[in-house]
Amino acid sequence: MNCGLRNADCGFQKIIMVCAIIMLSMVSPHYSAIAADKWPGVDESVVEKYAKEQGREARAPYINTDQGDLLLFVFLLAGTIGGFVAGYYWRILMHEKAETIKKEK
Amino acid sequence: MHISEGILPVSWAALWFLVALPFVAFGLYKLKKLSAVDLSFKPLVGLMAAVVFIISCMPIPVPTAGTCSHPCGTGISGILLGPAISVLIAAVALLIQALFLSHGGLSTWGANIVSMGIVGSFAGYFTFRVLRSLKVSMAVAGFMAGLFADWATYLATSAELASGIKGDSPFLPLFTKILIAFIPTQLPLGILEGAMTAGMVVLLYRKRPDLLVKMGVIRKADAV
Repeated sequence: MNCGLRNADCGFQKIIMVCAIIMLSMVSPHYSAIAADKWPGVDESVVEKYAKEQGREARAPYINTDQGDLLLFVFLLAGTIGGFVAGYYWRILMHEKAETIKKEK
Repeated sequence: MHISEGILPVSWAALWFLVALPFVAFGLYKLKKLSAVDLSFKPLVGLMAAVVFIISCMPIPVPTAGTCSHPCGTGISGILLGPAISVLIAAVALLIQALFLSHGGLSTWGANIVSMGIVGSFAGYFTFRVLRSLKVSMAVAGFMAGLFADWATYLATSAELASGIKGDSPFLPLFTKILIAFIPTQLPLGILEGAMTAGMVVLLYRKRPDLLVKMGVIRKADAV
């Protein structure tokens, strides 16, 4: 594959491409047709299902955010805060510290 | 892999807490020790904590199975920070998820730390170390570490769940049944997690090889 970059960057680009292909294949219309209407998580479709079969049911969480759109909001909030934290430290590691190291050299 | 609140009997839930406790305590000790020696360690811990938290609660649809599941992230944190600190990070992520995201539970926190934190981190760490010692490339070693960390986590969850809910029935058939039920979702997700892990390791290797040397992930001679 000639990606016009040095070998190292080319290799990384291949990894990104594989990720993108996997992600795209997941949302393709072909697979969507196979999939059921609902998209339950494995926590429900496997863990809770087999636990129920064996006579053990999940209890409601102590702080129950699984009500209407509340869970969506909490997930969004958690993703936003987590994303900012990850981005903040990524910047420190990849740019600020890398610059400091270059200057020291 | 989050085992929901109240699914495990008290005795099993307590056992998993006892198993997890020394690992979490050792993680705290290592974090304190390493942070005191090297200040640049903290940003990496902060980054990995956020990454593990986000991706272990991020539902990804798997159309081949018609279900959603999430990667674990403990493969990459195990490689970069070592399994002890990775366990600690997973414990914090799982606690927040149990408290506020209706993911997992407080009574099953110990069991979830064992599967995602301990088993996932150690599987990722050892896979990477063994492959690197066999001179396997950084990308392939990272990929396999992410893959095995993910699959090992779900293997452990199957064992925890089967042992906790089996009642009078035999363990092995139930364990196999649960494990097989995870396969359609986790097989492709494990591959995705492997690709994500490889991507992060390779990127750090290109951009900050000094950091990987400092963390003991690679030798100075291997830095590009």
